[in-house]
Amino acid sequence: MSDATGTIYTETVIYSATEAFAADVPYQTAIVTLDSGGRVTGRILGERVHIDDRVSRVEIRDGVPFFRKLG
Amino acid sequence: MRPVAVVGIGKTPFGAFPGRDLRSLAVEAGEKCLTNGHIAPERVEAFFLGNFAGPSFVGQNHLAPYVSTALGIHGVPATRVEAACASSGSAFFHAYTGVASGVYDCVLVVGVEKMTSQPTPKVTEILAGAGDCAGEIKAGSTFASLFAMIARRHMHEFGTTREHLAAVAVKNHANGALNPDAQMRKVITMEQAMAGKPIADPLNLYDCSLISDGAAAVLLAPAERAGEFTDKPVRVLGIAQASDFVALDQKPDITTFPAVRRAARKAFDMAGVGPADIQLAELHDCFTIAEIIAIEDLGFAPRGEGGPFTLEGHTARTGDKPINTSGGLKSKGHPVGATGVAQICDLVLQMRCEAAERQVPRHSLGLAQNLGGSGATCVVTILGTV
Repeated sequence: MSDATGTIYTETVIYSATEAFAADVPYQTAIVTLDSGGRVTGRILGERVHIDDRVSRVEIRDGVPFFRKLG
Repeated sequence: MRPVAVVGIGKTPFGAFPGRDLRSLAVEAGEKCLTNGHIAPERVEAFFLGNFAGPSFVGQNHLAPYVSTALGIHGVPATRVEAACASSGSAFFHAYTGVASGVYDCVLVVGVEKMTSQPTPKVTEILAGAGDCAGEIKAGSTFASLFAMIARRHMHEFGTTREHLAAVAVKNHANGALNPDAQMRKVITMEQAMAGKPIADPLNLYDCSLISDGAAAVLLAPAERAGEFTDKPVRVLGIAQASDFVALDQKPDITTFPAVRRAARKAFDMAGVGPADIQLAELHDCFTIAEIIAIEDLGFAPRGEGGPFTLEGHTARTGDKPINTSGGLKSKGHPVGATGVAQICDLVLQMRCEAAERQVPRHSLGLAQNLGGSGATCVVTILGTV
């Protein structure tokens, strides 16, 4: 089972951020249940995702996984 | 263990006070409390300070003796307790154990936070320090966004709606409007609460508690000696603190807070009462969804029914289970480190029949629930006059 694919457990779109992320707003974060087991908090790129959507990890930046909707 | 009573209370108003520093707020609450308990500072045998992030907000460390000596309390143990938003609930719990065990006969607990000296993005960053900085926070999470993800999942599993969340805000603002010490004494409508500026979807501005300055204090003594301090002692019938994961993504189920359930079970067992017996409560509404889940975790309503329970009016000041008659963190304000002790003060006011316009008719058994972070610490306290 892959740790690069998973299912959205929950998500939000952030409009009010800390200074470090102010340039990114609005941006989406989500908790992803990985196919390999366990959960991770990551960022979503591209199309907005919802609970139960399937996602794939497209990159890891400074330890943070970035996911994109599959299909 | 021996019975313990709250024998004095003191609070500053909550708000944005540009001219006040952390110590002056803590000293004001402490002095009011000592006066209320009719004692001189020399009688205090131990001092506990609940404070989340004084070092980050105002650059001062070693805060407990910094405050206690300014109160005229010298030589005794002075200890700061940090547990995020449950800092002063935890300070109260540890002060309680000191008196109940017989180590001390008179303990002062002060909670304080001075937040408004920093701009909002900096406050957001400091508050995020209560989360997992190597994981969820590094990914861009704020505290509002963590509770937004909790709300989103709760909506998915139980059908909780935006209207349910808004009902919490409308109710707490209605209560806070009657509290002279509240930060935002403003009644809001359902329409306003539904249409606030988005913060972290599905939460908007009206779902979030305030950025506040303020302090609160309580004095604890053995129940058998309470008469030396006050004519209106309030007994600590049950109290417990519990812990859980800091990172939200490590929790198997984010629609419930195991630390709340664990602390509540122990506190109810200790007091020999159940959720149905509680006549009023101060719950930790850092975000509207947090009050809904607390209602469920404490057993006031079944799982998933905290929203409808609120919308139906049960938790209104005039309802059968009044919650946050003070206005809660939402309207009264949320100076993080002061909140746990402030909840105790607000319950005691009701139990002494001193809550003026917001006084509820049934007030002999009350519960306070103070939550830290996204549920990693919880303190539940049950107070009684019976």
